[in-house]
Amino acid sequence: MKVNAVNLTETEYALPGNRTCPGCALALAYRHILKALDGKVIVTVPASCLTVLHGMYPITSVTVPCVNTPFASTGASATGLVAGLRATGRKGLTVLAMAGDGGTHDIGIQSLSGAAERQEDFIYICYDNEGYMNTGNQRSGSTPLGAITGTTPILGKRQNPKDIAAIMEAHCLPYIATADASYPLDLYEKIRKAREVKGTRFIHVFTPCAPGWQFPYSDTVKIGQLAVETGLVVLYEIQDGVFRLTAASASLARKGKLKPVSEYLSLQGRFKDISEEQISQLQDWINARWQCYLERANNSRSATDIAESAT
Amino acid sequence: MVKRISKASIRLLDGNQAAAEGARLSRVQVIAAYPITPQTPVTEALSEFVERGDLKAEYVAVESEHSAMAVCTSASLAGARTFTATSAHGLAYMHEMLHWAAGARLPVVLACVNRAIGAPWNILNDQQDSISQRDTGWIQLYARNNQEILDTIIQAHKIAETVYVPVMVCYDGYVLSHTEMPVEVPSQETVDKFLPSYKPHTILDPANPKNYNLVTLADPRANAEGVLCHGYMELRYLLQEALQNSVKTIMQVGQEFGKLFGRSYANLFWEDDMDDADIIIVAMGSLAMEAKVAMDMLREEGHKVGVLGLRVFRPFPKAALAKALEKARLIVVFDKNISYGSEGATCSEIKSALYGNKTNASIRNFIVGLGGRDVKARELADAVRKALTSMKSGILNIEYPEWVCYI
Repeated sequence: MKVNAVNLTETEYALPGNRTCPGCALALAYRHILKALDGKVIVTVPASCLTVLHGMYPITSVTVPCVNTPFASTGASATGLVAGLRATGRKGLTVLAMAGDGGTHDIGIQSLSGAAERQEDFIYICYDNEGYMNTGNQRSGSTPLGAITGTTPILGKRQNPKDIAAIMEAHCLPYIATADASYPLDLYEKIRKAREVKGTRFIHVFTPCAPGWQFPYSDTVKIGQLAVETGLVVLYEIQDGVFRLTAASASLARKGKLKPVSEYLSLQGRFKDISEEQISQLQDWINARWQCYLERANNSRSATDIAESAT
Repeated sequence: MVKRISKASIRLLDGNQAAAEGARLSRVQVIAAYPITPQTPVTEALSEFVERGDLKAEYVAVESEHSAMAVCTSASLAGARTFTATSAHGLAYMHEMLHWAAGARLPVVLACVNRAIGAPWNILNDQQDSISQRDTGWIQLYARNNQEILDTIIQAHKIAETVYVPVMVCYDGYVLSHTEMPVEVPSQETVDKFLPSYKPHTILDPANPKNYNLVTLADPRANAEGVLCHGYMELRYLLQEALQNSVKTIMQVGQEFGKLFGRSYANLFWEDDMDDADIIIVAMGSLAMEAKVAMDMLREEGHKVGVLGLRVFRPFPKAALAKALEKARLIVVFDKNISYGSEGATCSEIKSALYGNKTNASIRNFIVGLGGRDVKARELADAVRKALTSMKSGILNIEYPEWVCYI
């Protein structure tokens, strides 16, 4: 049965009253991630906004077991949990690593890459708020072109972000997906799917940050939706090498019309100084990527058709 | 039917093989390691044990030492007995995770094959690597020979799992790691009797969820039931207290080991010919064996020399050392490390142990054997003679150490 807002489990594993900022997309995403895993999970978390969400000793707002681990070590910590459970004969638990973009794209990429190459059996979620938000918004390897941050204070970031999902795809993983906190049911479905797969599974979740990106707390969901509608975030999954657009990105592909990126940029204080030239650079980058995804979706479809007709 | 009891066997093992045998006999459940000279053969031997099925364990061939220790800490939290081995730069790269393992009170055991640290590159022996990690909250035990490596690794698991402090077993690279010696390898049965399987005091379980190592404030804070819980500083105090108290556990475990295996470790340091000695050489690791040769040379000349071989560097057994050094007129401390701008680390510790106790001894510190520089017994004896001459000046303490080198 497909999950919807009515039949979604009412059990909460991330309780209300946590310490995240108002309008936090991570809180929204995490709530649905834990629901999708039915609480049968051990979480490992590096230094990040999720550490803040989890609370301060001796009080936590989360009802699943959790290990806090140093910044660079998330992939290795998840490996250790899997190895420890296997060595002591415990079955039926999912190990979930939850790191931010700094902890994934930057300082954590070595231990993540090592674990993925070894095909360690866990789900790794990168929740991406496009910068070091927990330390007050500094540039990361995921910060977009033109964004003002604490360490790109005048000129804005002058590079595009790295494509972390593509990097992880190069590790031949059995399941890779992108998701967006503004589409929680799509995220939920992807976690459910990932849960049934063995090996390293990677999900890249877009989580807008109201204070860091400077938009009103009430606009989190809208910003997340606009990111998809402008093609800046593309929702897809790759299972056993087969690429598929999902949710709003799939319907956009059918309709074939993206909103201009300026609509997304103009609502956020971090882009207030972006130049026209940078906007058009960003638009070109989005258009080119979108074209690639469309072609890939079409090719995958025909490849699947061929495979199906052959059997 | 008569049950056949397998006996211990004597085998010719180098230090790395002895370490691997120690880990195998300890039935470690998760091993995570990254190769580095001179530790590499330990990782190869353990991989072979696991692939052959001689050891039922998860061997994780990690991509770095930082990850090796992260795998060990998380696997330990999941309830497994864990082991790793490293050297020099690998240990330095682990530094953050060493703090984490001790802070989280996880009974991880690490074999440190002592090697010099760059720059410049050097793969040979000194003890700068483990000494540089002395303030991470780990118990540090040093072996003088390959038998002690094997025995200490087995004891280390028991100590760690009793006091919930990780233990580093240190042995000199090449001097021990790549030198074969006869080693008595105990039977699995006897080791099992000594070291039962690991039963963690807490376990990661969704039925009883706990959140480990989350943000902890400076001051105590009440939990949801209103009970005041420790602040960060109290947790740090408890770690210090655990290390202080671990002296008793180290002695007890060593004594119990002696009863079962015939080699007692009911001591915190080794004493050779100390009874009548008024000149005492202090050294740690294999250097303490080398010092015994120097001692014999000096005894032939009529000097009453003894050797104190440091075994337990953390916790540093101050009271016991002060007692043992009580009768010394001259204490000559050899260090295979240097705390730059100060002196050898063990010399500082010895001085700190003696302060306020009945002693009038002169103390001389010599830095020797850095980066694999050969340490000859003759050089150690020369240093002691030099110290004897300088002692006549009446100066008890010299500000900086002397170096046995060509400058």
